[in-house]
Amino acid sequence: MREELYPQGLEIVTVALDTLGLKVALPFIEAANPTHPSLIDEAHLLDELFGITNVPSGIWIDEQGVIVRPVEPAPLPLGAKSSRPDKSGAVAEETRAYVDEMRAEVKKMTEVSNIRKDYDKYVPALHDWVTKGADSRYALSPEEVLRRSRPRPAEEALGAAHFELGQHLYRQGKTELAIPHFREAHRLQPDNWTYRRQAWSMANPLQGPTDLYEGDWLKDTRKIGAENYYPPLDMD
Amino acid sequence: MILETLEITPDELKNRTGWDIKPQGACKGEVCIPLPSSVTTAEGLINLPKLAEKLNMPLIQDEAAGLWALGPESGGKALTTAMAPDFTLPDWKGQMFQLSSLRGKKVLLVAWASW
Repeated sequence: MREELYPQGLEIVTVALDTLGLKVALPFIEAANPTHPSLIDEAHLLDELFGITNVPSGIWIDEQGVIVRPVEPAPLPLGAKSSRPDKSGAVAEETRAYVDEMRAEVKKMTEVSNIRKDYDKYVPALHDWVTKGADSRYALSPEEVLRRSRPRPAEEALGAAHFELGQHLYRQGKTELAIPHFREAHRLQPDNWTYRRQAWSMANPLQGPTDLYEGDWLKDTRKIGAENYYPPLDMD
Repeated sequence: MILETLEITPDELKNRTGWDIKPQGACKGEVCIPLPSSVTTAEGLINLPKLAEKLNMPLIQDEAAGLWALGPESGGKALTTAMAPDFTLPDWKGQMFQLSSLRGKKVLLVAWASW
């Protein structure tokens, strides 16, 4: 896709939101071997700057640096996800059941989730914008961009501060100091998948149940329903 | 923003948060919020508790770690302006990359994660 759209004036920039940085992101990046800028965001800076709460998320920015589509699910064939190594071969027998249930839920998600259904809308819309620019009906006005931007009440901002502190302490090896900040971030931004999955994954690579956090991937996904894991795209 | 001190330079503030301290106040894109003169110290540093109060930013402390964290402004939206916030991050080969270096091109910014 990048090879097709780059000559038409579009650059793709991918950003890995990974507290543990390059060492965890690199296998995926090497598998995709990107020719576009492929960045590492250890501090989840983009979560705060743009209001990202789930991945994959996309943001469209025009030639003047103005956002024309704020954060929304990005159904894209970028390769990194499809080259995800299969972890299930290495799991211990006692976690086998969780893995099997997780796989079933992921399979369900690929069948019923909005992001899968919206794939047919997103890529053609992107092509339309690259061709027509501001005349594309998918390029939103600054007013509409701000209207769609995620609200940030005081508790949301406080959650961001706790998440940043938690990550910083975790990277310093002060795990026991980091955990309360992650828990507080989860409490203050209960719908933020990025905050939850990042913290869960560092406690348990499968994001399964632990004593540290109340939720886990399977439990929380079932709570909202696999079909609601991604909000529907508003591309009409 | 992680802090070891509650007074930082205007450049440090701008680089991390996008808020630019100007004569008319704290500005981001076309938005400017007036500030009392006491936000800037005699040494030209920013007094963060005072700034945080004016911009509705949380400022929290972890006493055991000896650190503070300054969160983003609140009361509005994640985006204060449709101008894309600029940032500089390392790429996978260790080179620093600044988003605004792509001015003149359209950009599709995609956030993903390994987890």
